[in-house]
Parts: sequence; structure tokens; C-alpha cells
Amino acid sequence: MRRLVSVASLLALAALALLGGCGRPQFSDAEKKTIASLALNTLPALKADTTNQYADVPAAAALGSTLFFDVGMSRDGTVSCSTCHKIDRQFQDDLPQAVGVGRTNRRTMPLAGVARDPWFFWDGRRDSLWAQALTPLENPLEQAGNRAAFAHYIKNRFGERYERIFGPLPDLSAVPANASPLGTDAEKAAWNAMPASQADAVNRVFANIGKAIAAFERSIEPPQTRFDRFAIDLATGTKPQGDAAFSPEEILGLKLFIGKANCVSCHNGPRFTDNSFHSTGVPPVKDLPPDRGRIDAVAQVQADPFNCFGKFRDGDASACRELRFMVKDGQDLVRAYKTPSLRGAASRPPYMHAGQFSSLDEVVAHYSKAPAAVEGVSEVHPLDLSDRERAALVAFLKTLSE
Amino acid sequence: MRHAARDVISRRGTGLASIWRYVLAGLGLAALLVGILAVVYLTAPHSASGPDTSRSKKTASGLFMASFEPERGVIRQGELQSWLLTLKTAAGAPVEGAAITVSGGMPQHNHGLPTSPQATDYLGGGRYRIDGVKFTMSGWWQLRFAISAAAGSDSVVFNIVL
Ligand SMILES: [Cu+2]
Repeated sequence: MRRLVSVASLLALAALALLGGCGRPQFSDAEKKTIASLALNTLPALKADTTNQYADVPAAAALGSTLFFDVGMSRDGTVSCSTCHKIDRQFQDDLPQAVGVGRTNRRTMPLAGVARDPWFFWDGRRDSLWAQALTPLENPLEQAGNRAAFAHYIKNRFGERYERIFGPLPDLSAVPANASPLGTDAEKAAWNAMPASQADAVNRVFANIGKAIAAFERSIEPPQTRFDRFAIDLATGTKPQGDAAFSPEEILGLKLFIGKANCVSCHNGPRFTDNSFHSTGVPPVKDLPPDRGRIDAVAQVQADPFNCFGKFRDGDASACRELRFMVKDGQDLVRAYKTPSLRGAASRPPYMHAGQFSSLDEVVAHYSKAPAAVEGVSEVHPLDLSDRERAALVAFLKTLSE
Repeated sequence: MRHAARDVISRRGTGLASIWRYVLAGLGLAALLVGILAVVYLTAPHSASGPDTSRSKKTASGLFMASFEPERGVIRQGELQSWLLTLKTAAGAPVEGAAITVSGGMPQHNHGLPTSPQATDYLGGGRYRIDGVKFTMSGWWQLRFAISAAAGSDSVVFNIVL
């Protein structure tokens, strides 16, 4: 009898050991495939941007870099792109809402891999990197300038460099010092009084400023992380060594990320984003103007004279398929925001489009609880993660910042 | 396993005590088996009979035969792609001049399509190019076509699982 019991328990132990511990591989084949698809080595080479013929011209990138850091590129000479996109802070500013000349209503987005985005800003209200770069220049809360002033500034300050890249600058002698279709009433009036050919010439200089800045920004790519070293070792069957080895908590977090917690549905591919827009029920911020996300950005990108259909695009319209086939209405777009990349996220709180959450713990708690959206419908369902599971997810996310 | 079983059998006794031994041994082994099955079941990928993913089917009211294929043969997640929708009548004649609208989404995810695909070209032989198709995540997608042609109006849903 005793022997029988011991035989049975031995068998049970052996079975458990086989299934639960030493013998079992840590990840199923399907999990391994998903993990490999997230690794940075699967990021394809950056595609040419045919809408910007200067995208890969080194002199354009160099001028773009100068302009990116130049506070002269603002109304009061105090704000540049780099004021919010700080080079030593992943090109973001650690603030819940960006502060340029004034305080905006959105979180500054980091720039690693930005040239791979089909849509720009949290709501996708611009459709190319160069068209994006123009927008803060004239936003009264960001650089607060106007395109006529920028054209004069470029001619006075960088005329030679500009002309070596883009050809002769237009005659600006009759162009008002300040004029823009988006500016103050006086600037609008000055703009409307300009002959069409003059406005067109200013718009072309303005577009080229964006193309130079975009050429610079194309060089900003995400760095390899601990996760990537772990993923490559897993894919090649090498035992991860040193910091490429994951702790049991990090492994649990990774398994949850690609499994039960469904994070990988949207945060997929080597940039951890599907480049799309989703409502996840993130609450609005008190005291900020109403923000409806993607649904209000559709008309803005359609109306932008610098969009892909506009005359400042280089190359042909075959590059405009994202704009051509974009979703223009429907409840899906209400309070929908772009899926941000998670690379480097752990070291750049706060989170979400207006800095609603101050830590990754709060982010994960939000997705675990999945509250209803204040408007529209949230796509996420409650996960009811345990404390241990939430902590594991955060531990895994940190491997994307190390 | 087999050795253990033989061991149990070889220790045959007589009387009531030995029957109890058999019962206990049986119970132990049964419990073990249930445990193993449970673990196998819980860890196995659940490939429950998913949606019908055939690329060729009759439209809802049987008016047309429809088939739907990626134009370049492969589906690439996250890329805008063109697909071909081929429409034939029940008799096998190509359907020409059809007006086609496309809708869809992910039934399990509370969201529609990330793009709005359109029928952009008629390629002859009942073949229509459906451009602007993009699948941004893995899982079960549905594409629904509303088709209007001389023979009448009908619709068809294709399931695509990535
Ligand atoms: Cu989905």
C-alpha cells in the first residue's frame, strides 16, 4: 500500500516536472513567432519618401537639423522644435502637455522611428513628416510664427544654404513681414492681400523648410534594447547571457503582453505600434479644451494645403494611398488616438495623449480596468489582472527602455 | 509508466485488502491522467473551429459566385494592399459593371476597418480591384461586400484570419 502511494506520487511528480518546469520550453512556437516579430532586427530599411525629393539629401538634413534647434524659428525667438523635442530626452519633454510659446493640450511625442509613421500627431491630422513639421511653426501655442516671416528669416539667415539645396529663393521684397492664412487677423489680411503667385512662392519656401526638417528627422531611429537581445537569442536558440537574460517576472510580463493582456494586438511589429487609431477610454483632462481625437483630425488633414494631394508634394499621387483610403467617419474615430510606440516608453512618463497617467502602473491599471469612454466606444475589455501580473507587465515594458 | 503499471499488477494479493489496493491505484492513476489532460488542454493553443475562411463562396442570396484574393498572393500585415474580387453569375458568366461597397472590421475587437477600401478598377473577366485593404493586427477580420449589378443586389462576407 505504502509502496503504491509512493509510486503514484513519484509518477505525479515526474509528470509535473515534465509539464511545469525544467523540461518545458518557456515559450510555445506561436509565442516565439510573435516575440520574433517584435524584435528590432525585423524593422525594414526606411523607405524612400517620394513626396519629399530632399528626404535623403544630406545637405537638406543638415539644414533641417540647424532649423530644428534654432529658436529663431519662432515668433519671439525663444522656441524651436527642440524646445519640446529634447535631444537628450528621446526628443520629448517629460511634460503632460507641451509648452511652447503657450501651453498646448497634447503630450509631446518622441521622435524615434517617426519617419515610418503614416500619420502624424496623436490624431493623425497631418499625413507626411514634412507637412507635420510645418504645423507647430504656425501654431500660436508652439512656435507661433507665420510663413511670410519664416520665408524672410530663411532668406536673411540661411539664404545660401537654402539655395544650394532648393534652388533660387523667390523675390520676397514685396512680401509683408508677417502674413499667413492661419495667423492673427492682421496676418490673415496681409496674406489675403498678396497676389496668388506671391502666396504660392512663400508657401513653397515654407514647404521646403518642412522638407529639410523632415530630412533631419529621418535619421532618428529607435536603439536596440534588452528585449531585442533577448528576442534574438530566443529566435536563434541561444541561451540569453548577461542583461539579455530575462527574470521570471519579465518573462511573465512578456507572456501577458503577447497573450492574456492583448497588448500586442495594437502594439505590434518592431515599433510596437499598428500605426492606427483606437479609442481605449482614456479619460479627458479637466481644464483642457474638448478633445475628440481622430474624428476631428479627418477634416484637418483633408484641408491641409501641404497634404499629399496638394501641389507641394514631389513625385506622383501613388504615394497618397493612406490619405486616399483613410476612414473618414464613424464612431471608431471618436476619441481615437494613435497607438504610440512602446520603445523607450518606460523612461518617459507621463503617458497618453494629454499626459493623463503619471506612471506605467497607472497605464496598466487603466487597461486592466478598461473604463468606458466618455464619448464613443472604448475598444478594450477589462482584463482583471492581479497585482503580480500588472507588475510583471511593467517589468517587461522596462526591458524596452534598457 | 508501463513499468509502474506492471509493478502494481505484480503485487497481486488476495481478499478485501487487495481490492482496496486496486481501487486506490486506479483512483491515483485516474487522477494523474485527469491532471495531465487538464494541463495539456490548458496549454495547447485553442484552435477552436474558427470562422469559414474560404476565399470563394456564393453571395448571401445566391445571386453571384464571389472570390477574394490578395492581388500579389500574400497578405502583409500593416501594409496597404490591393485585393481582387471576382464576381460570376450562378451560370459562370463574369459580372460586369457592378457597384461595390466595402465594409468590415474585427468582430471580436469592437472596431471596424483601419482603412476604407474601395473598388478602384475593373480588370475584365468579372475581376474588380479592391484597393486600400490593410490589416493592422492579427486575429479574425471580416470584409463585407455589397454588390449591385444588372442581375440584382447581393452581399458577401469573407473571413480572413491572420
Ligand atoms: Cu483588432
